[in-house]
Amino acid sequence: MSHAPAHAHEHPDFLRHHFNTPKQQFEAGKLGMWLFLATEVLLFGGLFVGYSVWRGNHPEMFKAGSVFLNTKLGALNTAVLILSSITMAAAVTMAQRNKRGPLILLLSLTIAGAVTFLVVKYFEYTHKFHLGIYPGLKFYEKPAGDSHTLSGSLVNDAGGVDLVLVEGTEPLVQEVAFADTPEAEPTTVAPAAIGPAGLAQDALEPGDRPADDDHAEHLTHPLQDPHRPANVHMFFNIYYLMTGLHGVHVAAGIGVLTWLLIGAAKGRFGSAYFTPVDLGGLYWHVVDLIWIFLFPLFYLI
Amino acid sequence: MTTIDVTKPMQPEAGRPAQGTNYLNHTTGIMSWLLTMDHKRIGVMYLVSILTSFFLAGIFGLLVRTELIAPGRTIMDADAYNIMFTLHGAIMVFLVIIPSVPASLGNFVLPIMLGAKDVAFPRLNLFSYYLWVTGAIFAVAAIIFGGVDTGWTLYVPYSTTGTEMNGIIFLSMAVFVLGFSSIFTGLNFIVTIHRLRPPGMTWFKMPLFLWAIYATGIIQVMATPVIGITVLLLIVERAFGIGIFDASLGGDPVLFQHFFWFYSHPAVYIMILPGMGIISELISVHSHKHIFGYRFIAFSSVAIALFGFIVWGHHMFVSSQSPLMNVLFSAITFSVSIPSAVKIFNWLATLYKGSISLNTPMLYALSFIFLFTIGGLTGLHLGTLATDIHLHDTYFVVAHFHYVMMGGAIIALIGGIHHWWPKITGRMYSEFWGRIACGLVFVGFNIAFFTQFVMGAKGMPRRYWDYTDQYRIYHVVSTVGSYIMAIGFFITAAYLIHSLFRGRKAPANPWGGRSLEWQCSSPPPAENFPEPPHVGDCYDYSVLEWDEQEQGYHWRRDIPHPVGEA
Ligand code: HEM
Ligand SMILES: [Cu+2]
Repeated sequence: MSHAPAHAHEHPDFLRHHFNTPKQQFEAGKLGMWLFLATEVLLFGGLFVGYSVWRGNHPEMFKAGSVFLNTKLGALNTAVLILSSITMAAAVTMAQRNKRGPLILLLSLTIAGAVTFLVVKYFEYTHKFHLGIYPGLKFYEKPAGDSHTLSGSLVNDAGGVDLVLVEGTEPLVQEVAFADTPEAEPTTVAPAAIGPAGLAQDALEPGDRPADDDHAEHLTHPLQDPHRPANVHMFFNIYYLMTGLHGVHVAAGIGVLTWLLIGAAKGRFGSAYFTPVDLGGLYWHVVDLIWIFLFPLFYLI
Repeated sequence: MTTIDVTKPMQPEAGRPAQGTNYLNHTTGIMSWLLTMDHKRIGVMYLVSILTSFFLAGIFGLLVRTELIAPGRTIMDADAYNIMFTLHGAIMVFLVIIPSVPASLGNFVLPIMLGAKDVAFPRLNLFSYYLWVTGAIFAVAAIIFGGVDTGWTLYVPYSTTGTEMNGIIFLSMAVFVLGFSSIFTGLNFIVTIHRLRPPGMTWFKMPLFLWAIYATGIIQVMATPVIGITVLLLIVERAFGIGIFDASLGGDPVLFQHFFWFYSHPAVYIMILPGMGIISELISVHSHKHIFGYRFIAFSSVAIALFGFIVWGHHMFVSSQSPLMNVLFSAITFSVSIPSAVKIFNWLATLYKGSISLNTPMLYALSFIFLFTIGGLTGLHLGTLATDIHLHDTYFVVAHFHYVMMGGAIIALIGGIHHWWPKITGRMYSEFWGRIACGLVFVGFNIAFFTQFVMGAKGMPRRYWDYTDQYRIYHVVSTVGSYIMAIGFFITAAYLIHSLFRGRKAPANPWGGRSLEWQCSSPPPAENFPEPPHVGDCYDYSVLEWDEQEQGYHWRRDIPHPVGEA
């Protein structure tokens, strides 16, 4: 960078020409990163609001859906991310102390954590897909080779319920049917299945479900549960949306961390200049933090 | 020897760029523009791109008006009409008005006003320009794929059902990408203002334009992510049938409206606040009088930014929102108009007993005050529950938001372009044609849109392709007004382009401004200032005097110049 000879002070390589001092540059970078993280939080904020609206109006939907999530895998992932946050924090310290070897090691460990997280997430997703628990309309299609009969309920305009039974990809609409479970009454759901809190009518009157009913745990697909609330697919859609967007951020984090690792290997960072490591660390902590909220919201409560 | 430097005594000689080189000509070639990280060049690229979009969307608007000149089919059928007003609105809002002032003029002036060499993150600045370009490409794709006939608000169920074509997805992607462009611009400016102010420039010595840009930045950063997630949800909704907004899948269409307006109401302040900042500069500089009530204007910008976040429900009075919410939103809506009024009164007080130059920028500033006042006051009719039930979704709303967005934001942009044109291009435009064009725009605008208040109050619904005979006269008048306004804009384009080639060379300080951008030559050198300058009171004009020979202002010869101060 060309700069005017009038600069009396030292202008190290990493200092961009429009900053006067490394401190100014560092502080600008840090403030910028915090603002960016605020936008990330707000981006997820929209989804968290959606979650609250749905959960507030239809708690039973979340109850019925969350039994299909694998709490053990979720807990494993939580532990992995917390560990990776610790290694990341340590990496920043190592950069500040000019310790290149430990910095490289800790960054690699953090990347390993991120990759592990995504691998676990991959198995969780594919397992659900295998069972036919898809996001979107495919939720109501029967998975190939499944002997169970699935029946789905979607509120239709007329205020009644279309029960969509799907063989392969061809939907056939039937009037009344829970084919496997003749004892179940056909459900009627008011058109405003989603509405202001308290107004929502759900398939299940409180107390309908037998007190000792634990059979939901033996099911592989929520549609096999005759007592499921209407629109139970919404739980999974919100789940896929939120964890999916979070997964995209983890993937982006892997990119950032890898870039930091390359920089560290080239010896770019040290006590004079560790801004990228510091900022990358902040990003990674926020990604972890979001998961810390997602895990209990979906898996635990 | 192309530029006349009246500020010589103010700057130490050392580090001055050679006479004649400036940001426009210090490097050449197309790549030196496309890959530039100079905030001035990026600002100019934004300006050109935004004005091109303005032209395009303006044509769409004229087509809409032409269709409406008579009932029934005039030049297009109802479906084409729906597409036309959607594109007009969406392009005007997302590609033109939201980025307009900050990204173009803000980019150009902000670092210079701060005496800085550049914005805090020049690379991010260029990146956000290319995000804008990407958004524009998606918008074009939306036009090609067709089917975008929802209105700029993209309401469900129009956007989730309806046409089979997938233009909606592209338009949503455009909004998403443009949103991030806007976020990065706002973020960049906030950090620049926090970290790159020169020694001596405390918060309350900043030009008011910067306060406005700062407040805008806060909204851009805090509100835009929400529209981002909203259109993202809309995309998955449309592509996979997620069902979050689609009532037929168990979703909640009103939730979409909440999400949309949570962004889009604050977004109207993204549009107007920078314009208000421009007006604060224009009014003070061109009446050669210290701005009145500096702190009030500064704080009202921040107040508008914060209050703007809690009034979104006034767009949803008839959406089945609970009556309690309606009352609350209505009350808060009234309170948010107070800071706007504070600004108006301070501008008027600044004008009072000023020595007003009625040149083009000032005429635009006065037009702004007039038009924005009408727009703001009619906002109160809409914020009142009882009247809004009647006025909602009529031409009254259309007139309201054109008075604030076009009469406010766009007029301020054009005024600002004239104000800083000598600085940006180094040329003076024709003052004569400038005033004529401003007059045509002002008159045409009022003819076009005031009639819409009347027909809206009489019940003409918005977004209708056809109407009964009782509204005919209003539509005819309105369309004629829009043509007059268009003529004004074409004249403006003509003399501005002409000035690039034939215009008189601009002095460093043609208007007698005191903020730092008038201190460097016109056009500014590539690095603005070799060293951060010290600053004085940017609204104290008593130290400047007119120089007949230079046709510009410079520091008074009879008082000593504090070295390094503006
Ligand atoms: C003085 C303060 C203002 C008040 C009290 C106000 C109030 C309102 C209200 C209540 C509505 C909803 C009308 C309805 O749909 O029934 C509305 C619509 C609108 N306002 Fe304002 N407004 C103000 C200033 C502004 C400004 C400064 C802008 C933009 C620069 C703006 C842009 C709009 C737009 C675009 C719409 C219509 C959106 C649509 O439905 O397409 N308003 N305003
Ligand atoms: Cu509003």
